[in-house]
Amino acid sequence: MSRSVEIEFRLNGVVRRAAVRADMSALAMLRDVLGLTGTKYGCGEGECGACTILVDGASLNACLLFAVDCDGREVTTIEGLANDPAAQRLQRAFAEHGAVQCGFCTPGMVLQAGRILARAGQPDRATIQRGLEGNLCRCTGYKKIIDAVEAAAKERAA
Amino acid sequence: MPDAGALERYAAPRALAEALELLRDGDATIVAGGTDLMPQSHSGKARFGSLLLNIRRIAELGGIALEGDTVRIGALTSISALLASPLVRERLSILAQAADQFASEQVRNAATIGGNVCNASPAGDTLVPLIVLDAAVELAAKAGGGIETRTLPLQDFLTGPGRTQRRPHELMTAVRVPLPPAGFVARFYKHGTRPALDISTISLGIGGVRRGDRLERVRVAFGAVAPTPIRARAAEALIEGRALDAAAIEAAAEAAHDEVRPISDVRASDWYRQELVRNMTRRVLAHVAFG
Ligand SMILES: Cc1cc2nc3c(=O)[nH]c(=O)nc-3n(C[C@H](O)[C@H](O)[C@H](O)COP(=O)(O)OP(=O)(O)OC[C@H]3O[C@@H](n4cnc5c(N)ncnc54)[C@H](O)[C@@H]3O)c2cc1C
Ligand code: FES
Ligand code: FES
Repeated sequence: MSRSVEIEFRLNGVVRRAAVRADMSALAMLRDVLGLTGTKYGCGEGECGACTILVDGASLNACLLFAVDCDGREVTTIEGLANDPAAQRLQRAFAEHGAVQCGFCTPGMVLQAGRILARAGQPDRATIQRGLEGNLCRCTGYKKIIDAVEAAAKERAA
Repeated sequence: MPDAGALERYAAPRALAEALELLRDGDATIVAGGTDLMPQSHSGKARFGSLLLNIRRIAELGGIALEGDTVRIGALTSISALLASPLVRERLSILAQAADQFASEQVRNAATIGGNVCNASPAGDTLVPLIVLDAAVELAAKAGGGIETRTLPLQDFLTGPGRTQRRPHELMTAVRVPLPPAGFVARFYKHGTRPALDISTISLGIGGVRRGDRLERVRVAFGAVAPTPIRARAAEALIEGRALDAAAIEAAAEAAHDEVRPISDVRASDWYRQELVRNMTRRVLAHVAFG
């Protein structure tokens, strides 16, 4: 495709413009065009959740989303949560519970866990596990991740 | 780089009429959630037309509404929206059961019912429940100055893996589901290796109207055992209007086993799928009958 498409959207609260090929994924745009590498490329086909982002508040796999479809929407990546109290609680809990080993899955886990906690105040372990079923971790065996999400929920309630 | 083929233009119209106009002009690839199209374009399974037509901005394609005795589910309805709909959960529960077992939250948020139907995978998880519910597909096209719509039964719409009766200039606008009668019960079961995030090895839906110990207007449908989801009519006939005792259930399970012609692939052999069909039919039927 010779001509690229101009799009404009809010990225982590800031209006951004980008010129993208129509067949490009939002993941490729974020990483390769806009230089935001917190969103990870794991499988490229919706299986691992490493590329999880929020679009208009809903979590999506950036690798399955056409970049052009970001036009006019509100996109949040892990970089955008640096000063978000709920995400900070999660990050602390992940560190304290040993839920981070290689860290590759962590941005996606934190974003998705944030959605779970936003919906249910005190989710039980089954709910947390269910909510994270689209996020793979090759290192931790999940238990510590679920511990961390549970702890972050308790900390918020306290 | 994925093969962009002949892709030259991109459009994201807000009005249905405008989208249909663009479709009439020819060679377009429609994208809704992109959860099938994106991986297919990477693997080379799907080639783009000259226009990428993003239908996601078209408000007329959204929403779930009760129109008389029919539930109209807009083509853009996401799997998450199906799950969140009280109308779907209460009146079309078998569709909610399938939505609940569909992929992950991230995929459910993007995946649309229209994409699931038009992708026409033999394993498409909304298809089996929709067949059990006697659903129909609503299509629209630009004709002369106006918009022309037609509706056809989902079973007829699906013609093979990835193949449907949709004409190139048509857009699928909705699924239409007749409200099931009082006493209707139905169950969906999906067998895969990882609970949700997997293409079904087989899936099964059974529904009917319970009258005492009998089941009437019986529907038995399978996914992933034939080029399209199918109804197991021999199995249906064996239980229609009969008392659902152990013998009747066994006979229906046997008939279903003989009726399906599954393939062997990386997920399972044909023999294994046929065994699954028998065992799952027995189990789900007992559930519908006594559960
Ligand atoms: C990790 C992963 C897990 C998955 N798990 C499941 C699962 O558990 N069960 C399951 O059934 N599927 C699953 N899928 C497949 C996919 O998510 C679904 O088929 C989904 O419903 C497709 O919808 P979409 O809106 O994303 O379709 P798109 O990819 O946008 O489109 C799919 C096809 O339909 C056409 N199309 C879309 N909308 C229309 C319309 N309104 N009119 C005409 N043509 C149209 C497109 O041109 C394309 O050919 C999974 C996919 C991934 C990547
Ligand atoms: S990279 Fe998107 S889900 Fe794995
Ligand atoms: S910490 Fe390594 S993949 Fe999860």
